[in-house]
Amino acid sequence: MLTRWAHRHAQWLFPAPAVLLVAVLIVYPIAYTGWMSFHEWSASSLSPPRFVGAANYTKILVGDARFREAVGRTIYFTLVAVAAETLLGVAMALLFNREFWGRGLLRTLAILPMVATPTAIALVFVMMYHPTLGVANYVLSVVGLAPFRWTYSSQTALYALALVDIWQWTPLIMLIALAGLASLPREPYEAARLDGASPLQAFWHITLPLLRPALVVAILFRAIDALKTFDIIFVMTQGGPANASETINILLFNQAFSYFNMGYAASMAVALFALVMGASLLLIKVRRSTTW
Amino acid sequence: MRGGGARRRLLSTAGFYALAVVFMLPTVFVFYWMVTLSLKPQIEATAYPPSFVRFSITAAGYREVFTKYPFFLYTWNSLVVATGCTVLGLAVGLPAAYSIAHWRQQRLAIVILVARIIPGIAYLIPWYIFFRSLRMVDTYGALILSHLIVGLPIIIWVMISFFEDVPADLEDAALIDGCTHLGVFWRIALPLVKPGVVATGILSFVFSWNNFLFSVIPAAWKTRTLPIAVYNMISYEEINWGTLAAAATLITLPVLLVALLAQRHIVTGLTFGAVKQ
Repeated sequence: MLTRWAHRHAQWLFPAPAVLLVAVLIVYPIAYTGWMSFHEWSASSLSPPRFVGAANYTKILVGDARFREAVGRTIYFTLVAVAAETLLGVAMALLFNREFWGRGLLRTLAILPMVATPTAIALVFVMMYHPTLGVANYVLSVVGLAPFRWTYSSQTALYALALVDIWQWTPLIMLIALAGLASLPREPYEAARLDGASPLQAFWHITLPLLRPALVVAILFRAIDALKTFDIIFVMTQGGPANASETINILLFNQAFSYFNMGYAASMAVALFALVMGASLLLIKVRRSTTW
Repeated sequence: MRGGGARRRLLSTAGFYALAVVFMLPTVFVFYWMVTLSLKPQIEATAYPPSFVRFSITAAGYREVFTKYPFFLYTWNSLVVATGCTVLGLAVGLPAAYSIAHWRQQRLAIVILVARIIPGIAYLIPWYIFFRSLRMVDTYGALILSHLIVGLPIIIWVMISFFEDVPADLEDAALIDGCTHLGVFWRIALPLVKPGVVATGILSFVFSWNNFLFSVIPAAWKTRTLPIAVYNMISYEEINWGTLAAAATLITLPVLLVALLAQRHIVTGLTFGAVKQ
């Protein structure tokens, strides 16, 4: 009897445990964060959350200069990192798009940074970036460049952090671009050569447009994750020096778990979500407008 | 003339490999530097100029890691949480992915996609309050459940595309023969998608092992996982680079080895199935 019943309702029973978990793990916290963003609460059990209306949001939008700076920094970090990853990744894909000895090794090497534990990688970069003992400045001195202060100066901290992200994620763009290049048709290139197009023209007018759908997917995933970067910043600078690398994530974390401004932090979480969602929709729109 | 062409081809091949080395050098170097630092004695680890090839080798850093810190406990914690998260994720995620693929439950699929986009930190406040009120802060359960936020969407999303490739004729024939949906799922679909199960299992394990954000708050002391332990070491071992590098190597090597087993599917998982290799 039971098996017959289960069989008849299989399409609800199969996803039921996952739906239940997703509701508890994902939907409930999101709803709670949204609710909390309209309250003021210091996470104490003695006084319950106090409803403050949209006060947290007005504070974010007009009052808090530190938050606005963090938003700008988050976007700037994402633009720098993703732009560099895209340029480098596509360049590498163009280079490696041929038969050569060691192709398998290349893919293996490309995967390693993406799966390496970010905390550990951040730690290694902390040692490499050391202003007086680090290998990074030694390499610069060998090439004849002046030493940098990397994550130790407010002028360069954000770039030094972006460099870690670039080191870790350029291979993803390369692998996606390689997969895209492998599926390109041959005919347009032959036609272009007959018409006397230069290799650069062929790249600009044929390869790039054909590669666009794959690239948009790659950039979409990178942008979503770069906006959410937490581990490497938290481990390497904690937002310093002098807030120079304080992104929304870091500011939010400190507001919630150092100062226990739960309601205010929740409103920042909603703002970050809106930012990530906006970026996703923008990129999806760009992809839709691709008519090839 | 033919000799000139061959020479040019040889030169361009040499140029290609030279460029390849230039592009891949940073990737290799960071790992090389991590491992060599972990093997150097303290004086040589912080020597300037640093030595790249010639240095003496010691296991002092590794000994420090295990004697000064309960590193076995941290490793065990990471193993328990990552394994628990993966097993639970597969047990719950596989039937859901099958159902989404088989009955075309698009709306459910979109919820999973949104879960991938939402910033993890948005979960942190409610989770913290939730676990605190349940007195679950320092438990494996809290960690496993919060790590599932990352693992479950990946398992479900990637497995949908695997289940979609299972021929519908095969399933229909079994149903006509009197097999139940559970039987079809268990005896026909699941064996066919075994490579996918292995790949998503490994991915979910790696993401849980690497997870920092969802371990900072729920893990207090007894259940502290490796990334948090390594992070806490920085303040104590600021100068002791050999020890730091040894800890970094110990935490990274297992995931690198495991990930190599699933390398064909890692890009699929990282791009949430958007790019299949």
